[in-house]
Amino acid sequence: MIRTLVTFALGMALALPASAREEVVLGLSQDEVSISADFDGSEILVYGAVKRETPIPVDPPLEVLVTVAGPFVPLTVYRKERKLGIWVNADAVEVDAAPSFYAVATSGPWEDVISHVEDLRHSVSIPRAIRSVGAQVEEAQTFSDAVIRIRETSGLYRLLQGEVNIREETLFSTRVRLPANLIEGAYVTRIFLTRDGSVIGQTEAVIDVRKVGLERWLFNLSKDQPLLYGLLSLSLAIFAGWGASAAFRAIRN
Amino acid sequence: MQLYLPIAEVSVNLILLLGVGTMVGILSGMFGVGGGFLITPLLFFMGIPPAVAVATGANQIVASSVSAVLAHLRRRTVDIRMGTVLLAGGLVGSALGVWLFNWLKALGQVELLVQLCYVVFLGVIGALMLVESVRALLNANKGRTPKRRNHGWVHGLPFKMRFRASGLYISALPPLLVGAAVGVLAAIMGVGGGFIMVPAMIYLLGMPTKVVVGTSLFQIIFVTAFTTLLHAVTTQTVDIFLALALIMGGVVGAQLGAILGARLRAEQLRILLALLVVGVCIKLALELVLTPEELYVISFEGAPT
Repeated sequence: MIRTLVTFALGMALALPASAREEVVLGLSQDEVSISADFDGSEILVYGAVKRETPIPVDPPLEVLVTVAGPFVPLTVYRKERKLGIWVNADAVEVDAAPSFYAVATSGPWEDVISHVEDLRHSVSIPRAIRSVGAQVEEAQTFSDAVIRIRETSGLYRLLQGEVNIREETLFSTRVRLPANLIEGAYVTRIFLTRDGSVIGQTEAVIDVRKVGLERWLFNLSKDQPLLYGLLSLSLAIFAGWGASAAFRAIRN
Repeated sequence: MQLYLPIAEVSVNLILLLGVGTMVGILSGMFGVGGGFLITPLLFFMGIPPAVAVATGANQIVASSVSAVLAHLRRRTVDIRMGTVLLAGGLVGSALGVWLFNWLKALGQVELLVQLCYVVFLGVIGALMLVESVRALLNANKGRTPKRRNHGWVHGLPFKMRFRASGLYISALPPLLVGAAVGVLAAIMGVGGGFIMVPAMIYLLGMPTKVVVGTSLFQIIFVTAFTTLLHAVTTQTVDIFLALALIMGGVVGAQLGAILGARLRAEQLRILLALLVVGVCIKLALELVLTPEELYVISFEGAPT
């Protein structure tokens, strides 16, 4: 019995690329997030199914990881140091690219769903998502850790272990909440299927986060016609100041 | 109720913004300070990027100053002639200040320098005002008449001008220099400079306190308008939504402040302003000295393009 199983598993492993391939079919509740003036975050439902032409492999179990990453931006991280009694920004490390938002949802405990090697290969975990060449300072790692710590505190980086629901090893779904403090750009959503820590299938889709309406118009104006935008801001300020003064006078009389 | 700011790219509570605007507006109307030294740190605290906070704060100060100056004009407590002379010096000073700011920026640690500037100037001015106004108040309570202001060397300088609203006949040089000095500091510290201007006018130029407030506001309108335009064109960090929310609270506050200011005695007004200035100074000084909770700071230049 055991022998048959081993042979079966072996056969599966060898035949992986060809016959027993498990592919992901991905769906998003919305592939566009519109930032309007009253934008207060958004929840994205990521769902999908596993497509396969062979029977469901029995063991090891199927695991799913979902990542959502905001635009990558270079950063500078400063560490404060006390000099002459006051705290000043001393050492600095440049981080080449760190996502402005990063959420990872898994179907189980981290150690069970993906191996270290696969994490390195696909840059799935939060520390792997930050690309830093930063060798200027010896403990560059503590600077990267600080970025993660600060952004986890503010809810921009999140590890959601066990938040992906899998049904019958075929259907899966998870909800990722995008915070209110989003920046514009393409939010890449990746799905990884793993068995025994190895990635056996992956796919990705893009959620487009855009300002709309007045937000869009003002943002563009400030970039394309800065002088006009400045004058507009000033006139509004002067008009508001005059308006309030006139209104108060009218009330008093 | 949340408001998403298109330039700052953060979402903030609208009620909180209106509250901050109103509070700063009241101070502006009462004391003739633009409120930049309060609004900028408050916006930082709310999580708004520093560059946006500074630029938008300037825009808000324009509105509350216009509102307050109109109230002061009706009470004839603006010395336009003095304001114009101060402004002439101020524009030269702020151009110089911007140049100095960029030079310091190239050297690094500009943030620290700005903060130190705040602590030193707020501390010195606040302490001086507090001591002087408490003494004046005590004298007034004892029934003694306050001493006639000692003009001293200010009266010996050439290019004399008559400032009727202030009841002064003095050289144009001291106001020009005061304007220029305040302009430099205003550009470096990212504020209108009222909190420096007001005591300088009282103690250096010997202007009557009632006129000082309106005149300072008059000058602040132009300095902050200039700053706003400069920021809109160069750093593109003026957030119009943020400004409007602050303005809506601010213009109402400024009117309330002007009414309150007219009811309080000059000495009381000065004590209150002095206490406020000293308070902000202590807060900033503690931030520099106490061990911060988070030793690391993330800084990035704007959003990805």
